[in-house]
Amino acid sequence: MKPFSFERPNTPAEAAAAAARVDGAKFVAGGTNLLDLMKLQIETPTHLIDVNRLGLDKIEASSDGGLRIGALVRNSDLAADQRVRRDYAVLSRALLAGANGQLRNQSTTAGNLLQRTRCPYFYDTNQPCNKRLPGSGCSALHGFSRQLGIVGTSDACIATHPSDMAVAMRLLDATVQTVNGAGAERRIAIADFHRLPGDTPQIETTLQRGELITAVTLPKPVGGKHIYRKVRDRASFAFALISVAAIVQRDGTGRVALGGVAHKPWRVEAAEAAMPRGAKAVAEQLLAEAMPTEQNAYKRPLVERTLGAVLAEAKG
Amino acid sequence: MPTFGDLKLSRRDMLMGTAATLALGNAPNTASAQDAGVSGGAVALAAGTPSLAKVSFTVNGAAHDLNLDTRTTLLDALREHLHLTGSKKGCDQGQCGACTVIVEGRRIASCLSLAVMHQGDAITTIEGLGTPDNMHPMQAAFVKHDGYQCGYCTPGQICSAVAMLDEIKAGMPSHVTADLEATPQLTNAELRERMSGNICRCGAYSNIAEAITEVAGSPA
Ligand SMILES: Cc1cc2nc3c(=O)[nH]c(=O)nc-3n(C[C@H](O)[C@H](O)[C@H](O)COP(=O)(O)OP(=O)(O)OC[C@H]3O[C@@H](n4cnc5c(N)ncnc54)[C@H](O)[C@@H]3O)c2cc1C
Ligand code: SF4
Repeated sequence: MKPFSFERPNTPAEAAAAAARVDGAKFVAGGTNLLDLMKLQIETPTHLIDVNRLGLDKIEASSDGGLRIGALVRNSDLAADQRVRRDYAVLSRALLAGANGQLRNQSTTAGNLLQRTRCPYFYDTNQPCNKRLPGSGCSALHGFSRQLGIVGTSDACIATHPSDMAVAMRLLDATVQTVNGAGAERRIAIADFHRLPGDTPQIETTLQRGELITAVTLPKPVGGKHIYRKVRDRASFAFALISVAAIVQRDGTGRVALGGVAHKPWRVEAAEAAMPRGAKAVAEQLLAEAMPTEQNAYKRPLVERTLGAVLAEAKG
Repeated sequence: MPTFGDLKLSRRDMLMGTAATLALGNAPNTASAQDAGVSGGAVALAAGTPSLAKVSFTVNGAAHDLNLDTRTTLLDALREHLHLTGSKKGCDQGQCGACTVIVEGRRIASCLSLAVMHQGDAITTIEGLGTPDNMHPMQAAFVKHDGYQCGYCTPGQICSAVAMLDEIKAGMPSHVTADLEATPQLTNAELRERMSGNICRCGAYSNIAEAITEVAGSPA
């Protein structure tokens, strides 16, 4: 690990101001992704700003009937919150499908959204990777790509966003709230928060330098049956090969989002009109532009079948 | 706090000494202690200069004031600085659970947490749960049911199991909880899912499950 200085501010404004002031500064929340990457010198911040004591750890009802989730709420607390279990069950389910009991006690709402890809070449500092070292090339394109993306990919990067929680947040139309070093607040729709790789896979979100996430808000509940189905190599404690998050209403209408297929949680609102016609129709539209590699072409039928199982479960 | 200078190095320290600990030992005298509690004054370091920061927390009821290389993980602080070597370093990537300790009543992977992030926290390690003469019921149950072979994962398994039972008591759901709105019960499926963050390479899982089940007071 490269050396870094450390500070423990007490307010969100102080934290954001510190990040704006110090070049190479980063926030640390749970640390479960950042420290892992710092040990490998994939992340090399020169200054860490501990955001654990900013009072951003509460879940509150919002005036529009929704929920305001503090950026530092732990994944385990969010999954266990009675309101989330009742009204946003797909979010509880997605969180509980991720990592393990220890890590969920450490991981935070903001940190989870900002966790970096699990592409094996991103982790292997001996291999070219445009995301880790822009311009060095993408080892995955002709390499081991079984776990990687099939849609919204580019010639520069085919990585996926590994989060389960983010897929549910996308399905629920969450909004990310931030504050910057100058004290300016901003709201970013989750659909606009994560970026596709394009020519700049190292830029993963629309956050500006030093911008601190303060909360993630959910609009008022939409009812329906909430399902999160994660397909992985082990029954527990493994990242998704693909995942399907869905909310299905009694009349068969609803919404669906996918994990494990793209650089961001994958949702195509237009495809949702096809839900009453079944999984094949929806999957075709969701993955219309898919360009899988030979090794991950299996993800296309896997999405369709998993979606089929989810829609069947919603009926039953 | 034991400093590097007055420490007698055991073979284990030599073998297990981590990069952060060794870097601290070699830190140039010019690396000044930085009070992390004071915000606003922080300046990024010249590349390559180790930085020290103060942190105070209690471990197994005893208060400690440490001045650590900021890179020191909680696990390394416990093992290398406080010489509580019960908590183990397995993968050092949060994947195996051998480093599990209980912080403020919750189990965490101490290898993916910085010591300086734990200002004011109450930390419990395997040494604090019980002693050989006065074992915690979970320690006694692991002995009784042979919940180990080589024993390397055991401290993490036991800390994890103790905190996991508290999570069930608090009504926290898991991936295998059928009804999210119901109170979860400790079935075998629940136990296995909830303990999935603790890997046992010897494969003592069924005995581990029996030990935990006995402590929880319900049949496996
Ligand atoms: C072994 C293992 C298995 C895992 N399995 C899964 C899995 O199956 N599914 C899954 O979804 N995830 C999984 N994870 C990932 C885990 O969910 C993430 O590591 C975690 O959510 C990150 O949260 P954190 O608070 O620890 O973030 P940190 O590591 O503290 O931070 C991550 C990033 O977010 C930034 N950041 C943090 N807070 C803020 C803020 N408030 N504002 C702006 N920036 C901020 C940091 O600067 C950093 O860049 C796994 C992790 C491990 C180690
Ligand atoms: S897919 Fe992206 S992360 Fe993986 S090697 Fe290519 S550029 Fe790097």
